[in-house]
Amino acid sequence: MSRALQRMAVEIVEQAHGTDDLVLIGIQRRGVELAARIATLIEKEEGAAAALPRGALDITLYRDDLETVGPKPVIGETHIPGDLTNKHVVIVDDVLYTGRTIRAALDELADFGRPKRISLCVLVDRGGRELPIQADIVGKAVKTASGERVDVLVEELDGRDQVDVIR
Amino acid sequence: MTAAPTLGKDLTGLEHMTPEQIRLILDTAEPFKEVSERPIKKVPALRGKTIVNLFFEASTRTRISFEFAEKRLSADTVNVAASGSSVSKGETLVDTARNLEAMRIDMVVIRHPSSGAAEFLGDRIASNVINAGDGKHEHPTQALLDLLTIRDKHGKIEGLKVCLVGDVLHSRVARSNLWGLTKLGAEVAVCGPWTLLPRGIEELGVKVFGRIEEAIEWADVLNVLRLQLERMEKGFIPSVREYYRVFGVTPERLERASRDITIMHPGPMNRGVEIDSRVADGPHSVILDQVTNGVAVRMAVLYLLAGGRAELADAAKRGGGE
Repeated sequence: MSRALQRMAVEIVEQAHGTDDLVLIGIQRRGVELAARIATLIEKEEGAAAALPRGALDITLYRDDLETVGPKPVIGETHIPGDLTNKHVVIVDDVLYTGRTIRAALDELADFGRPKRISLCVLVDRGGRELPIQADIVGKAVKTASGERVDVLVEELDGRDQVDVIR
Repeated sequence: MTAAPTLGKDLTGLEHMTPEQIRLILDTAEPFKEVSERPIKKVPALRGKTIVNLFFEASTRTRISFEFAEKRLSADTVNVAASGSSVSKGETLVDTARNLEAMRIDMVVIRHPSSGAAEFLGDRIASNVINAGDGKHEHPTQALLDLLTIRDKHGKIEGLKVCLVGDVLHSRVARSNLWGLTKLGAEVAVCGPWTLLPRGIEELGVKVFGRIEEAIEWADVLNVLRLQLERMEKGFIPSVREYYRVFGVTPERLERASRDITIMHPGPMNRGVEIDSRVADGPHSVILDQVTNGVAVRMAVLYLLAGGRAELADAAKRGGGE
């Protein structure tokens, strides 16, 4: 996983032509840890004097299936580092699947300003999209069926880095 | 794995809630505080829901707080006051609510002078019912915001000493606080003139102080209740001035305590009666934090009660990351 994150960090800087205006926003929960790690890697690589702004986004209140889920999902912290207007926001998540989470994230981010660009960076793209959404940067693409599950474990929360495809 | 707690259809009081349910509401309120700090203070969670605020008693803070909570969740809201509605023409509570339901509403927030009105209504209509104060019975969202404010300030509720001061007898805020605090493991006391304390309250494990000085010596938190001035006319207290002299929470009295005491008040305050202005505006007052937390707690309650029908949940279950 660390090699994939390193490569993703390089690609983010490449696509953004540097680190100016860059803001990394992780989707709760695993995306937040991944965003923090990628931000640290970029800072190390680029020797950025100032810390790269990073935030956390919980999209629960923007879900399109709140009416049908029960019990209600626990809501995590949302923390956006300042106004996003004219920033280049990179959304970081662990797994990209149906695209509904990213749809919700785009709606929610729009309420925090008007970024000049939003790109999407995911550790695992497992296919199975239900919306016209694609990632700009992918750690690893895995073909999976709808009955399968992709679990990403991160050291900070789970004690180890690991990606499992559970059939 | 234990099942996650849910709230059921209505929120009528804290008496019959479990500690887990109360903690669920407090924990859910945390992220909602941030929503009110956003540039656009609105999330779409309750989009398309219609909520009626049915207020049969005067209220400013609670009604506005509920309305902000509803609007920040994108619900559509209608306010109905008893005066100027068909209630003043003699319509019964159930008929009023059934007529509202016939217009396809989803939730009712009700304040009513009769104890038990919210539960009565909840048993008779399909919409979610939230009690915003019923007679002398309960005012659950006020107690929940009090609990949240105490937890914010002290980092915990368990083991804290909380004293309710004043007109405990007539106070639904006090009753809801008693249930909530004891369920979450706080030590609870009451302090006030004997005429305004419920008889036999010691049997609930509540300490009773006849003197405010004793309460101040004991407590970590004082929740100072509003003295309703009409109590004086009915002979519960000799005079407002007398009340202030004997039970008023003043800086002089607080200075004698060995520790800092957190000061709370559900509002509206009678400055110079139950609480001195220097205390209300002082460094240990969290009275305005209570108001801020009120919106977050009510958003949490609305969010947790709305929709989420069990029969739809199974059909909607999904796998891992989306």
